[in-house]
Amino acid sequence: MNGFVMRALRILLPALFLVALVQPALAAEITATGKLVVETVWARASVVRNGAAYVTIRNDGKTLHKLVGVSTPVAKSAGLHTVTMRDGVMRMHALKAIEIHPGEPAVMKPGGNHIMLMGLKQKLVKGQRFPLTLHFEKAGRLTVTVQVMGPGARGMKHRTGHDKQ
Amino acid sequence: MRPARIARLLMAATLGVGVSFGLIALFGGDRGGPAVVVGPVTTRGVALVGGPFSLTDQHGKTRTDREFRGKYLLVFFGYTNCPDVCPTGLQDMSEALDALGPDAKMVQPIFITIDPARDRPALLKNYAANFHPRLVALTGTTGAIADTAKAYRVYYAKSGEKSGDNYLMSHSAFIYLMGPDGKYLTRFSYNTSPKSMAMGIRKLFKRSSAAR
Repeated sequence: MNGFVMRALRILLPALFLVALVQPALAAEITATGKLVVETVWARASVVRNGAAYVTIRNDGKTLHKLVGVSTPVAKSAGLHTVTMRDGVMRMHALKAIEIHPGEPAVMKPGGNHIMLMGLKQKLVKGQRFPLTLHFEKAGRLTVTVQVMGPGARGMKHRTGHDKQ
Repeated sequence: MRPARIARLLMAATLGVGVSFGLIALFGGDRGGPAVVVGPVTTRGVALVGGPFSLTDQHGKTRTDREFRGKYLLVFFGYTNCPDVCPTGLQDMSEALDALGPDAKMVQPIFITIDPARDRPALLKNYAANFHPRLVALTGTTGAIADTAKAYRVYYAKSGEKSGDNYLMSHSAFIYLMGPDGKYLTRFSYNTSPKSMAMGIRKLFKRSSAAR
C-alpha cells in the first residue's frame, strides 16, 4: 500500500500545485497595460438603446494617467460620463478624461462616473460578455472583457447595505 | 451682584432649563430612529408634495391616485433611456420592498416617466419587467406628466444634445413615500440603501397605525 500511496502522491501533488498556480489567473481576469491594471469591468443588462458599463482601474506606477475614451463593437458610440446630484436633481455630463492617480484607483459606480453605451446594436443580456476598448492618453489602448450583470445591478457583488450618503 | 443673589439666579436658571428639558422629553417629538426619516414636515412647503394624477400604465390602462388609497406608494420619476440612476433607483426600491417581507404588500411601487414622448406603454412594459413584479410604470400626455411632476415638485429637462431622438435628461431623483390617505410622508434620496429605505418605511407604518 505504501508504494501505491507514494505513486499517487507523486502524480497528485504536482497536479495540485499546477492547478493552484493557474487557478487565480483563470478566476481573476485582470488585464493590464504598463502600470495600469483593470481590476473589474462590468455592465448592466440593457432594456433600451442606452447602457452603462463600469470599470475600476488601478495605477501601480508613479505618473498620472488619464482614460480619455472608450469604444466597443456592441454600441454605436460610447463615452465617459458622470452624474452630479444637487438638491436631489440628477444631471449627466460627458467627461473628456478620467484621471487615474498613482495609488488611488479610479472607481466607476452608479451615481458617479460611468461609461455610457449609446445606440446598442444588440441587447445586453445578463451572463453575457463583450469587448470594450479603453483609450488612455499615454498608455495606448487596452481591450477588456465586460461581464454583463442584472438590469438593476450596482456592482459585481451583492450589496452590503451601506448608505452612500 | 452679591454671591447669594448670583447663586439664586443660577439655581432658578438651572431649574428652568431642567423643567424645559423634562417637558420636551415627556411630550416632545420623536424618540429617535434613522435620521433619514423626515416625517410629515411642514417647513419649506415640503408637505405640498403629491397630488391627484390620471396616467396610463404599461398595459395601456388608466390609473389614478385614488385607486391606490389604503396603500403606501413608493414613487420614482425617471426615464427608460437613463443608463445609470434610474435602473439602480428602481432596483433599490425593489430590494427595499423585499426587505419588508410580508408587509411589502402594503406598499405600491410606482415609476413615472418624465419622458412621455419616448416612454410609451409598450416600452414601459418591457422596462418594468426588469424590476419589481408589482411595479406600475406610468406615462401619459405631455400635459398630464407635467402636471404630475409639478405636484411632486419634480424637476426635469432635456440635457446636452436636445434635438433628435437621442437626448438625455436631468431630473429629480428622490423616491417619494406617500401614505394610505394619499398624503406625502417622506422622501429618500438616491443611494439610500434598500435596508435604510425599508427601515424608514416601517417606522412610518407604525406611526400611521398608532395615530388611528
